[in-house]
Amino acid sequence: MSPTAASSVENKTDVPPARPSPSATAPANASLAPEAKIALLRTMLRIRRFEERSLRAYQAKKIGGFLHLYIGQEAVAVGCCSLMGKNDHVITAYRDHGHAIAVGMELNPLMAELYGKATGCSKGKGGSMHFFDPSRNYWGGHGIVGGQVPLGAGLAYGIKYQGLKGVAMAFMGDGAVNQGAVHEAYNLAALWQLPVVFVIENNGYSMGTSQARSSAGELAKRAEGYGMAWGVIDGHDLYAVRAGMDPFLRAAREESKPAVVEIRTYRYRGHSVADPDPPNSTYRTKAEIEEYRRAKDPIQVFQNSLLAEGVLTPALAEQIDTEARAEAEVSADFAEASPCPTVENLQQDVYWETDHPAERKSQGRLFFD
Amino acid sequence: MPVITYREAIRHALAEELARDPNVVVLGEEVAQFHGAYKVTEGLLEKFGPQRIVDTPISEAGFIGMGLGASMLGVRPVMELMFWSFYSVAFDQILNNAANVRYMSGGQIHCPIVIRGPANGGTNVGATHSHTPENVLASHPGVKVVVPATPADAKGLLKSAIRDNDPVFFLENTILYGLEGEVPDGDILIPLGLADVKRAGTDLTIVTYGRCVLHSLAAAELLQKEHDISVEVVDLRSIRPLDLDTVLASVAKTHRVLVVEEQKPFCGVGAQLAYMIQREAFDELDAPIARLCTVDAPAIYSPPVEIEQLPNPQRILNAALAVLA
Ligand SMILES: Cc1ncc(C[n+]2csc(CCOP(=O)(O)OP(=O)(O)O)c2C)c(N)n1
Ligand SMILES: [Mg+2]
Repeated sequence: MSPTAASSVENKTDVPPARPSPSATAPANASLAPEAKIALLRTMLRIRRFEERSLRAYQAKKIGGFLHLYIGQEAVAVGCCSLMGKNDHVITAYRDHGHAIAVGMELNPLMAELYGKATGCSKGKGGSMHFFDPSRNYWGGHGIVGGQVPLGAGLAYGIKYQGLKGVAMAFMGDGAVNQGAVHEAYNLAALWQLPVVFVIENNGYSMGTSQARSSAGELAKRAEGYGMAWGVIDGHDLYAVRAGMDPFLRAAREESKPAVVEIRTYRYRGHSVADPDPPNSTYRTKAEIEEYRRAKDPIQVFQNSLLAEGVLTPALAEQIDTEARAEAEVSADFAEASPCPTVENLQQDVYWETDHPAERKSQGRLFFD
Repeated sequence: MPVITYREAIRHALAEELARDPNVVVLGEEVAQFHGAYKVTEGLLEKFGPQRIVDTPISEAGFIGMGLGASMLGVRPVMELMFWSFYSVAFDQILNNAANVRYMSGGQIHCPIVIRGPANGGTNVGATHSHTPENVLASHPGVKVVVPATPADAKGLLKSAIRDNDPVFFLENTILYGLEGEVPDGDILIPLGLADVKRAGTDLTIVTYGRCVLHSLAAAELLQKEHDISVEVVDLRSIRPLDLDTVLASVAKTHRVLVVEEQKPFCGVGAQLAYMIQREAFDELDAPIARLCTVDAPAIYSPPVEIEQLPNPQRILNAALAVLA
């Protein structure tokens, strides 16, 4: 366990008293076995420790490009993805580490991807913003704001076309709702009744712009214009996320009904690592961040509920956290020890045909110099 | 002469033009309160106020189209794309509307807009954020495309771009923002379409633009020192309009040409150049025209490999030696 990894979670002073979440008994949660609840806590902690470790690696210049951390938002991805069934799919934007871990990706290939290594989940080609794992129905990791949203509608189209009972969750930020592609996707989803739930992860800001300075009206309510159902969920409470999402996911799976859901959450870190914390922030105060950390930290909130329910003991919480830190550390060692891709790898994975030369059907040159 | 950064040079150009012409408005994501994603517009909000330095939602198609519409009434919007890579979500506004309105109206309307922002690889931001669309943009008659390599050029060209009555697309570089250079004070105006010989030489002409100018100068230095080869480096500065005369004058001196560009090769700026050079100066050439481009694949994330995917001094040096072999 690294001594530098201290964070708010285990700071037990001045936190709200342990009590069960009011959503703990909602239908989506009532049947959760104690082990399943512990697993949800573990996943949130693995995300947080993974990201804290990646931040240190970034500061040590082991990672290039952008690093958009999900710390503070863990209950959203874990809550939503924990409801996934076999034919359910997920797509999101560049703040994609949490969803990747929530759908079950291992930490080693994720950290290796951040390090730009050939053992990364995208062979070092995608980086932080472009994690993918189709085997877990995880379709990325997309860098262009809003660009993934029509793809999410497309996953739903595919589900419906193939006659499957499933749902696609298309995650986006509160800033992304103002992209034209999002509105076109809403209309298509509503017009053709696609089984998609558009999930707006509202963390209050798009980079340095507050919701009030970027969006007219209520975010999810725009669904009304398309005749879609919509809702707003407290994203600090994992139980509430599950309870709130479950009916929308069921309506999509069972009746092919699309919806727009806003989940209110908060990011503790800057937009990316380059965006400074207060007092150098141009858009928020230290007090604001501290208040969220103190009162609404999703790991703390869930932990408190589990303690009050008698599902968790402080010793077990400590053990899970220690294991999560150790696993993050191992992933960094794995990434460090892994080889980089080579210049020869550059032109692989560009075309299916050049990766499968025996089955190539087209003729002529595909690459130029 | 004052030494300032490329970032400051752009900021000064913006501030001077904002002060000179009340119709100039700066629009873009995070340009005002956040001071710009790359701090180019730092201080402008404080100086010119929120009417003239305007934060937009993440709606490139919307605000660029809006700026274009306002330009028809004489407003002169200078719009920041946080990355030129995001031009694709505004493609219709940029290349269908901006490029064609003047023509389709039989010359009745003109659109004095500038769209500026960085367009480069080299910072490991991956395939979606590393586009260099100068060739795509320049293939549309009706628009102008500028790619400055130095602080002085950035300032002089941006001021000209803002005063230009046609849509000008101004492609900067995040790696150059911190680059320092001498920049004359006050009203320097560099005409669009005038290339600049950044280094004189006799054995080989490297035609290039943008950050590749710096790589080419570094390679030229090494070629002089280690191989006794004298390289002339011609910086195009502007892709459309294009200064072919300066290129041809250099070719007449050196008789060998290497085009260096941070572009994918297919239909790149270098392809057009090579065609024109051979057409106009075939008899001057002692060797086939060579090109050095970005390796033909989407931008890789992996930092050490990205360095090799892009032009760099060593790759340029090798390519130059091959032309001279
Ligand atoms: C089309 C496009 N425009 C701008 C950007 C730059 N950019 C990246 S993230 C971001 C803010 C997005 O905010 P939000 O949707 O709220 O998501 P969050 O970062 O809060 O998760 C911006 C402006 C981009 N990647 N793509
Ligand atoms: Mg946001």
